[in-house]
Amino acid sequence: MLTAWLYVGIFLVVAVLLPAVAIALAGILAPKKSNPIKTSVYECGIEVVGPARVQIKAQYYIYAMVFLVFDVEMVLLFPWAVAFKQLPLFAVFEGILFLLILLGGLFYAWRKGALEWF
Amino acid sequence: MSAFQIVFLLIALLTLFSALMVVFARKTIHSAFWLILALFGVAATFATLAASFFVVIQVAVYIGAIAILIIFTVMLTRRSMEESGDQLLPGWGWAALVVLIVFGGLVFMLLQWQGIFQPPQVLTAGGENLENLGMALVMPDRYVIPFEVASVLLVAAMIGAIYVAGDHKKRS
Amino acid sequence: MTNWLEDPIRWIAEWLYSVLVGWGILPSVADVILMITGAAILSTLALLWVLFLIWFERKLIGRIQDRFGPNRVGPWGIFQSVADMIKIFTKEYITPQGADKVLYNLAPVLAVASVLLIWAVLPFTRSIMGVNLNVGVVYIVAVGGGGVLAILMAGYASNNKYAFLGASRAVAQLISYEVPMVISLLVPVLLAGSMGLNDIVQAQSVPYLVMAPVAALVFFITSMAETGRAPFDLVEAESELVAGYNTEYSGLKFGMFFVGEFLHSFTAALLFAVLFLGGWRGPFVDQVPLLGLVYLFIKTMVIYFLIILVRASVPRFRIDQMMDLNWKVLTPLSILSFLVTAVIAKVLEGQFLFQVLGLLAGNVILLVLFMEWGERRNKRNRRPMVSQPRPLATPASDETSMAQS
Repeated sequence: MLTAWLYVGIFLVVAVLLPAVAIALAGILAPKKSNPIKTSVYECGIEVVGPARVQIKAQYYIYAMVFLVFDVEMVLLFPWAVAFKQLPLFAVFEGILFLLILLGGLFYAWRKGALEWF
Repeated sequence: MSAFQIVFLLIALLTLFSALMVVFARKTIHSAFWLILALFGVAATFATLAASFFVVIQVAVYIGAIAILIIFTVMLTRRSMEESGDQLLPGWGWAALVVLIVFGGLVFMLLQWQGIFQPPQVLTAGGENLENLGMALVMPDRYVIPFEVASVLLVAAMIGAIYVAGDHKKRS
Repeated sequence: MTNWLEDPIRWIAEWLYSVLVGWGILPSVADVILMITGAAILSTLALLWVLFLIWFERKLIGRIQDRFGPNRVGPWGIFQSVADMIKIFTKEYITPQGADKVLYNLAPVLAVASVLLIWAVLPFTRSIMGVNLNVGVVYIVAVGGGGVLAILMAGYASNNKYAFLGASRAVAQLISYEVPMVISLLVPVLLAGSMGLNDIVQAQSVPYLVMAPVAALVFFITSMAETGRAPFDLVEAESELVAGYNTEYSGLKFGMFFVGEFLHSFTAALLFAVLFLGGWRGPFVDQVPLLGLVYLFIKTMVIYFLIILVRASVPRFRIDQMMDLNWKVLTPLSILSFLVTAVIAKVLEGQFLFQVLGLLAGNVILLVLFMEWGERRNKRNRRPMVSQPRPLATPASDETSMAQS
C-alpha cells in the first residue's frame, strides 16, 4: 500500500508541475505590456464601485452544511458497502436505517424550505 | 536517514508551518487556505502510514467539505476580507510559555509509552481492514449503536444549521 | 518476464527496470524513476488528448447546429486546436489590480491537477493502471474536492464581483451535486464488494448498467453537473456572470481552466465506463489484454458522445431549477435506488441470474414510480398563471377607436 501512495504522491507532484511549467513557459513567451487601464478590474466597462469580495447569502452555508452531513455519512457507509457481501440481512437493514434517518433529515430541510433557492 | 524519514520530516514541517500560518495570517480567508494546507499535510502523514482509508477521508471530508464550509462562513462574515493587522496579542510571551510547557508535558508522556520506540506495524492487505471496519459498524456486538446515533447526530447538525441560517421572517 | 505481445507496456517497464538496475542504480530508486516516468507520460498524454477532445467537440457541435465546425487547419480542421494552443501560449497574462497573487496563480494549476489525479487510479487494461488503490472510489470523490477549491481560489483572488459570485455559485452547485453522486457511487461498491476500481471492473461479469440503471443514470447526470458542462454551465452563464470565476484570467491561465474542464468531462465518461459499463472487459480480453484498452476507449467515447449530445440539445437550467433537480429529484432518487439495490441484492444473494433480473426489475419499477410521483407533485405545485391570457386581437369598440383617432 505504501508504494501505491508513493505513486499517488509522485503523480500529485507531476500533475502540479505540468500545468505550472506550461504557465511559466507561456509567461516567458508572452508579451508584457501592462498599463493601469488594462489591469483594471473588469465590470463591463463601468467604474468599479465598492469592494469585489461582497458578503454572500446564508443560503450557501445551508448547502455546505447539508453537503457536509452527507459527506460524513459517506465515510460510514462506504466500509459498510465494502463488507456488504459478508453481512447478514439484519445488518443490511441497519445500514438502511442509517440512511433512512438521513433521508428524514433531508425531508425536514425540504419542508422547512431550506433547499429553496430564493 | 532514510528517504522515508526525509519525506516524513518534509510533511511534518509543511503541516506545522501551515498550522502556524493559520494563526499568523493577517486575512481571515488566508487563514482558511493555510488550514487546508495543514489538513492536507495530515492526510499525507496518513499516507506515509499506509492508512489509505484515512487519507481519502481526511481529504474528502476535511478539505472537500469542512474547509469549504469554513470558507463560506468566512465569506459570510462582514469585513472578513480586510487585513486585520498584527495577529500578536500583547501577552503572547506568556501564551508561548504555556504552549511550551504543555508540549514538554506531551513529549514526557509519550516517552513513558513503550509503543513510541517501536516501528509502526505494517498493515495487512487493505481490503481486509475495510471489510472489518464495515462489519464492526453494524454488528450488534460491536458498534451498531454509535453507528445509528451518528446518523441522528448528523441529522441534528443539519436541523441546527437550517434553524440558525434559515430565513426567520419568511417562516413566520 | 511477460510476453511483449500480450502486454507491451508492462514489458517495457520491466525492460527499463532491468536496464536501470543494470546501470548500478538501487532497485528502490529504479522503482521511483519508473513511477515518475509513468506518471509523467500518463499525464502528458492526458493533456495532449485534450487537443483532440476540443476539436471533436467543436466539430460535433458544429454538425448538430448545421455548421461545418473547424475545417481550415489540416484535414477536417483537425489541427485547429494545435493552432489555438500555439496562439494561447503567446498571449499576455493580465493580472487584475488588487488580485491575491499567490492564490490567483495557484488556482489554474490546481484545477488541472485535481482532474489529472483521477487518472492515477483508472484501470486501462487488466494490468495497465497507475495503482489499484483499495479506496479508489472515495479517492475520486476526495480529489474532486481539489477542483472545488480551485474555483473558490480563482473567484476570491480575482478581485472581481462576477468572479466572486460565479465562484460561490459554482461551489454551491458542485457540492450539492456531489451528494447524489457519492450515493450513486455506493451502489457499484456494494455490488462489487470493493472500492478498488480494478476490482469493480473485474466483478462486472454483467455490467452494472444492467444491474443498477438508476444509479448509473444519477451518476451520469451528476458527473455532467460536476464538470460544469451545459446544461449545468450556470457558472459561466454569459448573460449573468460574464464568464464566472475565470472572468479575470487570460492567456494560458485561462487555458488551463479550459483544459481542465474538457479533461474533466472526458474523465467523467471514463469513470462511467469503468464503473457501469465494465471498463476493459469484453470478448477475448483474457487472451489479448491490450484489447481491453480498445474496449474501454469505445465505451468511453460512446459516453462522451452522449455528454456532448446532451450539451448541444438541452438549454441551460435556471439556478433554482438546477438546485431543485439536485435536492428534490436526484438525491431522494439516489437514496431510494441504493436502498432498493441493497435489499434486492441481499435477498436474492447466491442466485446470480435472479439477482441480476431482480435488480433490473426493482430499478425499473423504482424509476417508474418515482417519475409518476414527480409528475403528480408537479401537477400539484404548478405555478398559477400571473394573469389570464388575453385574446390577441379584440375588435376595437367604437369609443376606443374614436379616442385613438
